[in-house]
Amino acid sequence: MKRIYTDNAATTKVSEEVLNAMLPYLTEAYGNPNSLHSAGREVRQAIDKAREQVAAAIGCDAGEIYFTAGGSESDNWAIKGIARRYGKKGKHIISSKIEHHAVLHSLAALEKDGFEVTYLDVDENGFVSVEDLEKAIRPDTILITIMFANNEIGSVQPIEEIAKVAKAHNIFFHTDAVQAVGHLPINVKEMNIDMLSMSGHKFNAPKGVGALYVKRGIILPNLIDGGSQEKGRRAGTENTASIIGMGVAIENAVKVMETESKRLAALREKLLNGLLEKIPYCRRNTPKENTLPGVANLSIRFVEGEAMLLMLDMRGICASSGSACTSGSLDPSHVMLAIGLDHGTAHGSIRFSLDKYNTEEEIDYILEVFPTIVERLREMSPIWTEENRAKIQ
Amino acid sequence: MIYNEKVMDHFANPRNVGEIENADGVGEVGNVKCGDIMKIFLKIENGIIVDAKFKTFGCGAAVATSSMATELIKGKPFEEALQLTNKAVVEALGGLPPVKIHCSVLAEEAIKAAISDYLVKQGLDPELFGIKPGACDHDCESCSHV
Repeated sequence: MKRIYTDNAATTKVSEEVLNAMLPYLTEAYGNPNSLHSAGREVRQAIDKAREQVAAAIGCDAGEIYFTAGGSESDNWAIKGIARRYGKKGKHIISSKIEHHAVLHSLAALEKDGFEVTYLDVDENGFVSVEDLEKAIRPDTILITIMFANNEIGSVQPIEEIAKVAKAHNIFFHTDAVQAVGHLPINVKEMNIDMLSMSGHKFNAPKGVGALYVKRGIILPNLIDGGSQEKGRRAGTENTASIIGMGVAIENAVKVMETESKRLAALREKLLNGLLEKIPYCRRNTPKENTLPGVANLSIRFVEGEAMLLMLDMRGICASSGSACTSGSLDPSHVMLAIGLDHGTAHGSIRFSLDKYNTEEEIDYILEVFPTIVERLREMSPIWTEENRAKIQ
Repeated sequence: MIYNEKVMDHFANPRNVGEIENADGVGEVGNVKCGDIMKIFLKIENGIIVDAKFKTFGCGAAVATSSMATELIKGKPFEEALQLTNKAVVEALGGLPPVKIHCSVLAEEAIKAAISDYLVKQGLDPELFGIKPGACDHDCESCSHV
């Protein structure tokens, strides 16, 4: 059976160009980039190039890019780093209710250390309000951390406006841009972003590599003490091949971004509109505008997410859900609850996330298969009753 | 989260899905909030469970445990079905991931609720058969089984 992979917000395939760029650095070019000899120097040059590729993709200087092990590490470093270094100035941080757990749990750790965090609400489409943000600012606010684009529903925040507010109040602004980098145009200088987290495996680079952009002038405490790598702030011999792969991956993603995002958005709309038409009692969770090109999220009422995922998987389709059963807890995804879904609707949420390898034929296949799965599960569902259906207009 | 083959078989090809018209006992447990609802229908003749069917809203484990639990009680005297434990359902399925054990508890509770309903309809006191009242109060958050 052919596999249809529509879980690209979870991770993407390493592209062939990326793999080919990496291979020499796993074989003959194995020098330590910190060595003085030619074997080391050739690797150092390749890492320098990757740093420039990453910097060019988001509009900063190479010296402002720090390679890390991924998005979670970057988020942790930025948030806890600012708190540690500037905590004497104030102990208040502003974030949102729909952040990734790497941000939410970093903030929770800081709350235990005496920091106070305001989590901004989002509207039914998953957008924070800049007005709410301004109201939340206090004299002791030191950091605003709000994600660029949401991983579950796709909503893209008004980042430039948020950054403007932060700048006007002299507050640091960090954004978790893990879902946005390589998929949306970003220029950290023009957008006034102070720190930005990214993860390679969301744009066809390997897992285990990411980066943190830190605007020149902001000094974060060292994440790992040791050698002089990453200016001594994040010591340890570089994850050479992956860093080089990430450089190529980001350059390729930016190159095709304009055409690819149009194509993906068209596929996303075809999928969402097709499913909403074929399956009664659904709710579109992905906003119609200001959203990631490839993320399509909807809730299927009266059925539960994990059951849908398992049945899709049996038909070769890989997707994801915000149901509690997929998280190992009793609560459905915090994002689904934050956009105002009741528990039942949140448990029935399902996400298809597309990337450059997805085709229109695959969308057609999902449109053919998924409605029959829903029908089957609804027949099995004790809450699929006329009485309950009548409650939903 | 990995289910074994037997669990997947009972999820993909669930036994006894459906409703029984004029069932002698019906039990419903769980709630939408925690993501699992099980409804079990029993046909009981001369104290023997001659048919059992279920409808379940929930994850793979919820469907599989409903399927297995109904299989285990069919053809048995209801007193024997009352002895069915969630552990026995899990064992019959060859094991469940730890976070899914509560699904098997729901299956046990659903059967008890259905038999309790049967007993009440017969004018009997479920407590005399060892069924505690309100075993499942649909409040999963305060549930000791979770």
